[in-house]
Amino acid sequence: MIRFIMLQNRQGKTRLAKYYIPLEESEKHKVEYEVHRLVVNRDPKFTNFVEFRTHKVIYRRYAGLFFSICVDITDNELAYLECIHLFVEILDHFFSNVCELDLVFNFHKVYLILDEFILAGELQETSKKAIVERMGELEKQEL
Amino acid sequence: MVHCRDMIRAIRACKTAAEERAVVRKESAAIRAAVSENDQDYSHRNLAKLMFIHMLGYPTHFGQMECLKLIASAGFPEKRIGYLGLMLLLDERQEVLMLVTNSLKQDLNHSNQYIVGLALCALGNICSAEMARDLAPEVERLLQFRDPNIRKKAALCSIRIIRKVPELAENFTSRAAALLSEKHHGVLITGVQLCTDLCKVSTEALEYFRKYTEGLVKTLKDVGNSSYSPEYDIAGITDPFLHIRLLRLLRVLGQGDIDASDCMNDILAQVATKTESNKNAGNAILYECVETIMSIEDNGGLRVLAINILGRFLSNRDNNIRYVALNMLMKAITVDAQAVQRHRATILECVKDSDASIRKRALDLVFLLVNDNNVKSLTKELIEYLEVSEQEFKGDLTAKICSIVEKFSPEKIWYIDQMLKVLSEAGNLVKDEVWHALIVVISNASDLHGYTVRSLYRAFQKSGEQESLVRVAVWCIGEYGEMLVNNVQMLDIEEPMTVTEFDAVDVIEIVIKRHSSDITTRAMSLIALLKLSSRFPSCSHPAEEDVKSNSQVTRPLQKISKEPDPSIISGSSRDLGGSSRVVGAEDGHHLGCTQSPGDGLLALHRKVIKKKRKRQKKNQLWAVRRRNQKLWKREISIEGDLQPPNQPTPVEGLHHLISPALRLSPSLEIPFEVHVEWVGDEFSDMLNKKVYAEAHPPSQSLGSLIGGPKFPRACSSGAFFPPIRA
Repeated sequence: MIRFIMLQNRQGKTRLAKYYIPLEESEKHKVEYEVHRLVVNRDPKFTNFVEFRTHKVIYRRYAGLFFSICVDITDNELAYLECIHLFVEILDHFFSNVCELDLVFNFHKVYLILDEFILAGELQETSKKAIVERMGELEKQEL
Repeated sequence: MVHCRDMIRAIRACKTAAEERAVVRKESAAIRAAVSENDQDYSHRNLAKLMFIHMLGYPTHFGQMECLKLIASAGFPEKRIGYLGLMLLLDERQEVLMLVTNSLKQDLNHSNQYIVGLALCALGNICSAEMARDLAPEVERLLQFRDPNIRKKAALCSIRIIRKVPELAENFTSRAAALLSEKHHGVLITGVQLCTDLCKVSTEALEYFRKYTEGLVKTLKDVGNSSYSPEYDIAGITDPFLHIRLLRLLRVLGQGDIDASDCMNDILAQVATKTESNKNAGNAILYECVETIMSIEDNGGLRVLAINILGRFLSNRDNNIRYVALNMLMKAITVDAQAVQRHRATILECVKDSDASIRKRALDLVFLLVNDNNVKSLTKELIEYLEVSEQEFKGDLTAKICSIVEKFSPEKIWYIDQMLKVLSEAGNLVKDEVWHALIVVISNASDLHGYTVRSLYRAFQKSGEQESLVRVAVWCIGEYGEMLVNNVQMLDIEEPMTVTEFDAVDVIEIVIKRHSSDITTRAMSLIALLKLSSRFPSCSHPAEEDVKSNSQVTRPLQKISKEPDPSIISGSSRDLGGSSRVVGAEDGHHLGCTQSPGDGLLALHRKVIKKKRKRQKKNQLWAVRRRNQKLWKREISIEGDLQPPNQPTPVEGLHHLISPALRLSPSLEIPFEVHVEWVGDEFSDMLNKKVYAEAHPPSQSLGSLIGGPKFPRACSSGAFFPPIRA
């Protein structure tokens, strides 16, 4: 099960944080700070998996953003690495060459996309096309 | 009312944190005003702004009711932003959440399926146990909705419900099973996940789903053999996520059940052999496959296949793959240790990797792999690596090597050799228990004393900066000095070496005089000198000089005597001059100590000399009685006929100072030995004066001093005793 997903930049600003476990506000800030510290200092040659408290964090760096997913110890790390990549591809497709600013100004859309991709800490849909189509339908509803 | 975009721009334009706080405060105030005025027009925009402010880390409690109001409105856009705000600003532990239950219920039954989707999403992400109980029937019903998007959301929502309220699991079982035959990938994958969770939560569900094993195997086969589908293709594999989820469900079903395990053997073999492993997706599937094979009931062929895959992973250049392989191998060892042994060489290579987490995993694995057959070669490799490894890793590595050597050493000489190598390389990182244990082993290996002391002498020449090595070396030279000098107990493998007495004493001198030696080392060196001074008569004068030379020795001595350091033991099993040495321990002012229980070196010495206690005690009693008879002077030197039988002649030039307190002993049953043996005159004078003064406080009868606190009792082991304070 996914416990939380985080997008952070090099300076430690959290661009997206979705929690699937209940946490107090102060705890959330602490977690964000710790994960950032863990992830930002790691050598790129090292593995993409870090132990974090009693779980593990699988992270990947895309340009200036760190995508981190915290999962249970028993989960398949390589699968979640693929999961991160799929998410980035979806964002890229949706925003056409996504950059950090897109994520900042359209944060509510990013959350929507995430909610179509992952729900209750588990994978919801594996097809990029299906998710983007669904987002299109939702946009139409907005009007 | 400022647009959300503009607010974000304004915040980003702030140069300092104070500016940003000011902007945020202004906006928050505006939003609060709008909320209290119940302003409907901009509530959508306001909540978006509020969410952004929340993401920056500012408090936003006043926005929670806004969310509820928006959720209760009729239109899709308002509901959407309301639910989004709900998921961001609240969590299941807050009571406000309960107020949403009614809205959720209505939305779950809405005609607009997008709104149903919104409700399911919110429910699945943050519902509490009570809400789960209330809304479970709705979600169950939605599992059979016509739209696949709703079905898959309902499936995941159900996962959350059964995690919160496991008792509801049986309600979902039959409908979940129906999902397993879906064609739509999204619904299928969520259905599989739901079934996996149901099996974890309830054993009836597990039994129920075992019937579906064949169906699942077929589904996996179909997915594996399916033609190219651009929608689900990742690196040439169709929907690797589905593969992985199916494998996981099969694992849960096959565990502990032979029939189910048999059923899936073929497909597992197929996946293991046909999946391409040049991309991460393929490796992820292989990893899951290997995990499944390891967990289900035994099938020899499959296990071998799995371990071979892991072996291949180990030689992959990608660090992630190697890490994952090492993890898996640690689990595989419990299942099939033999097969893992075959990959020992590769694992040893991983110990030398540049990535710290891989090194650590590999080292743990090597530790599990050690057995009596391979311990020698493994240790050899590890010690070779120790020489070139990085500083942070050395500590771990040293500890592991020491525990391997201790557990598995086939013979004492090998143990001593390996430990010497380790100490020469990383003596400073070795824990105290380790070199204590080494000393115990050395002393018990009586036929190896000569070999050991000579090896230590050589090792000291090469790596004299390693503290633990120096301590062990000093102790051994002190104990077995004459073996070193006279080349006693030469083994065939040794080269002859000439070491004179002066060389041996030199070694100890160097240690004492070195600035980097700490208190324990110096104390041990002093004790070694004491021992040697009786064994090497020709050296006793230089030894005296040594000890006499103030600044370097007496200062540390005085320092030592002030410290309650139990590691200072003046006596040992070999008596100097034939009588036991006990120094009166007037706290702090003598060379003494307070005995603390369980202290390493003290206990060690006790062990070492336990055997000789009886003989010593007999000699001691004899010596004391004789001495006591002659004791009415202040200073007495032990000569000639005072020697107990079978003891070597005391060395001339050593002054034996026996304190007047000994005069008290005739009336006591326990021999009372409070004499200081020292080679330095000034020191002994000083000591003596003190002892005399304390032994004879003005107008105090001898009788009142009996059993008094100041004079410790002798012990045949020759160790120090605490001052017995009443």
